[in-house]
Amino acid sequence: MGMTLDKEARQGLTLLSPTALYALLMLAAPLAMVVTFSFWTQNYLDIETTLTLDNYREAWSKPIYQVLMIRSLKISLLVTVVTVVLAFPIAYFLSFHVKNRKALWLFLITVPFWTSYLLRVFLWKVILGYNGVLNTALMELGLIAEPLTFILYNANAVVLTLAHAWAPFAILPIFVALEKIDRSLLEAAEDLGDGPVRRFFRITLPLAMPGVIASTLIVLIPTVGDFITPKLVGGTDGLMIANMIQIQFGKANNAPLGAALAVSSMMIVAVISLIIYAAGKKFGGRVQ
Amino acid sequence: MSSLSKYLSGKWLTVYAVVYMLFLYAPVFLLPMFAFNDATIISFPLQGFTTKWFDVLWETQALHGAVRNSATVAISTAVISTILGACAARASARYRFPGKRPVMGFIMLPLVLPEIIVAVSLLVLLMQLGMSLSLWTVVAGHVLICTPFSIAILSSAFQGLDNSLEEASFDLGESRWGTFRRVILPLVMPGVVSSLLICFTISLDEFIIAFFLTGTDVTLPVYIWSQLRFPTKLPSVMALGTILLALSVVLLILAEWFRRRAAKKQGIEASAGGFM
Amino acid sequence: MAAIDANDIIVLSDVTKTFGTFQALKGINAGIREGEFFSLLGPSGCGKTTLLRMIAGFDEPTTGTIDINGKPMAGISANKRPTNMVFQSYAIFPHLSVAENVGYGLKTQKMPKKEIATEVDKALDMVDLHGLGDRGAHELSGGQRQRVALARALVMRPKVILLDEPLSALDKKLRDQMQVELRSLQQTLGITFILVTHDQEEALIMSDRIAVMFEGEIAQLASPEELYRRPRTKRVASFIGVMNFLDAKLGSQDETTLTINIDALGPVQVPIDIAPAGLNPATIDAVGIRPEMLTVLGDGNDNAEHKVEGEVTGTAYYGDMTYYTVQLPGSGEPVTISMRNTAGRSVLPAGSKVMVRWGAESVVLFE
Repeated sequence: MGMTLDKEARQGLTLLSPTALYALLMLAAPLAMVVTFSFWTQNYLDIETTLTLDNYREAWSKPIYQVLMIRSLKISLLVTVVTVVLAFPIAYFLSFHVKNRKALWLFLITVPFWTSYLLRVFLWKVILGYNGVLNTALMELGLIAEPLTFILYNANAVVLTLAHAWAPFAILPIFVALEKIDRSLLEAAEDLGDGPVRRFFRITLPLAMPGVIASTLIVLIPTVGDFITPKLVGGTDGLMIANMIQIQFGKANNAPLGAALAVSSMMIVAVISLIIYAAGKKFGGRVQ
Repeated sequence: MSSLSKYLSGKWLTVYAVVYMLFLYAPVFLLPMFAFNDATIISFPLQGFTTKWFDVLWETQALHGAVRNSATVAISTAVISTILGACAARASARYRFPGKRPVMGFIMLPLVLPEIIVAVSLLVLLMQLGMSLSLWTVVAGHVLICTPFSIAILSSAFQGLDNSLEEASFDLGESRWGTFRRVILPLVMPGVVSSLLICFTISLDEFIIAFFLTGTDVTLPVYIWSQLRFPTKLPSVMALGTILLALSVVLLILAEWFRRRAAKKQGIEASAGGFM
Repeated sequence: MAAIDANDIIVLSDVTKTFGTFQALKGINAGIREGEFFSLLGPSGCGKTTLLRMIAGFDEPTTGTIDINGKPMAGISANKRPTNMVFQSYAIFPHLSVAENVGYGLKTQKMPKKEIATEVDKALDMVDLHGLGDRGAHELSGGQRQRVALARALVMRPKVILLDEPLSALDKKLRDQMQVELRSLQQTLGITFILVTHDQEEALIMSDRIAVMFEGEIAQLASPEELYRRPRTKRVASFIGVMNFLDAKLGSQDETTLTINIDALGPVQVPIDIAPAGLNPATIDAVGIRPEMLTVLGDGNDNAEHKVEGEVTGTAYYGDMTYYTVQLPGSGEPVTISMRNTAGRSVLPAGSKVMVRWGAESVVLFE
């Protein structure tokens, strides 16, 4: 025995190998390449392959990148909080109050997500614009005298649009966690004298915590990398780090700097994710 | 405290759910409205009913090219991702072997990785290898992000497959290939179709990777992106979006129907939330 | 260990199985006779299912050999063996009808469709599922699924049918009924059945012979009656039915009799041949008596040779039977005694002083 694999292990590994190989070639190799790239420099049309930290120095010290990075994190965190907080009651509603049509509700929640992402973002621009749907409606109703201007071409618009885009990703993990809660636990808590509110905070919320953490991470990580939403509805105040990465790879033609920015932002997001994960584990530590 | 308890009660939650659904569907409702609106400017009030923006689509040659490109990319992506997904899902559901968790975790990574990172990394690699961008580079990127979805869908199909069914077939004298053909394939087929449809839909809508990796042949979302700059083109973009929305919804309903059939075939109650 | 006969349809020789560092089977030797109903009985984890799966061909022994019908089975996969299995989960193909399930193996053999249909009908008749061939798998009850699984194996006319806890998913009433049906079907067809079960009652009712297994070893292989009356070890004795154990020592022995001093009951003479083969009388440290071999007498007016005074400490009324726990003088644990509730016999309350009668022939000796 020892080092040799048994028959079952060999069969399993063989079967997994095409997919694993693909991930290795198309994901591991490119990621390694980006990291390598970030230590190289752009020399007009050529790439200078001497290893250097110049890109990182620039990425971490130039005010524009600092501003963009901090804003990206702020917006992403805000988006995450808003999305998860808005999503929780829906997941709770689906799990505890919808009896027969759960699958239909879930389907309805996912449908908007499958509409062209570009058009969804663009339509938010239509809704939130100066002559947009919202302003027209509010003026028709006489609620406002002049169109609201704080709702488009700024960070608010980015938060709203992203919260919309990631809604199903936030709802589903929480829903799954809530569904897993044994309903007799809630009856037991009530039987032991807890009212609905105390029961919610002592039983439901802690048990749903793994779902909440999953939602948080699922929303937070990709939103940092979004550049469509900021570009379409963010105005100049709403631009994020991903826009700068895109510019470096595109117009600015400085891929190594773009790579350094990408690696830096991924590192920061990874650290924040680990903190959230650890905090979540501590809070819901006895779960699982 | 008592107000919160009320807040959690069914009535208020229902109201909240309805408002939330309106929020989710606001852009979806607007899309067909402007697609059939007889005005060049995308704003209220609506001007009257027309189908002329759909007619414009038939006459736009560049669009037809983009549709063909997207179809090629989406079909290739769906087929490759589903094959890779089936291998991984089967390996993970059926076999125990060392390193399963980390390898599977890595394969599923694109699910949480920002698409811009996936796109940029592939771009850098292709640049270094001196390969030119084409529809196939887009397919390469799309397969990467679609495979985890395929695995998620097919895992439930393969996990629902009772091991003793294979053993029973084997015990009754059938060969390995015969068992695959007569037992495994019919039972996971709906899952396979569901995976094909989902991967097709994702690839059809995907923009960021396509934007970075596409060459001179653009896909549909990249084409739409280029049109968004021209205000006069917007109504026909809305019309295009409406068609895409209808197509996506039909494909999704089909996918869900197949997934449920798979679950029913295996005698399992169709669990909610199959897509994620 | 049971002697291995040249006529045995299955011969297991020194079969071991190791999973990683865990030794699931530690050298199994047994012969299974053609046409018998043979049970592998033991608690979960004793290796009985592993052994069955190795006979079926789903697993290979780590060492040792399995011969079926005179042929060594090493390297012969499950689809080439003359055995068919009824799975614990029944493994009914969910996408096929009852008839397609039963005809599955025949189709593999490329039998013409018409013949398959005839064979399938015959098999369905055998298991009392006449006319249900068109039903879908999901339309069947638990009992019906069990019957389909059986028909699917029977239709292959195997030398041996392997049953892996086939009745464990059924409710008590249906299980009792199926035990009788399975047994009579096996006797009618004369096919060898090997049953894996953890239910001692099931094994006793159905089997010709039973191998009791603990921790990868056969503790005893015998007929149901012998297993019950003459269990070789305390563990077998307490796994099959209830046994009262009383501390005892060898008093003296001659050519035909052993005198045993039982702490709670006093000395008793037993014929030497009730001692199991290989037991050294000097090592006897306990005797066992089944609850029904003890009798509680309310008044004590009895001329029995062996009787002892005791006090009822508890009763459990089962309708047809009453189980008493009786404290005997000098024995630590109270003994359990079962009494049939016949007419005119009333249940004695706890605290009653009673006489307990017993017979020397019912004593089992243990090391």
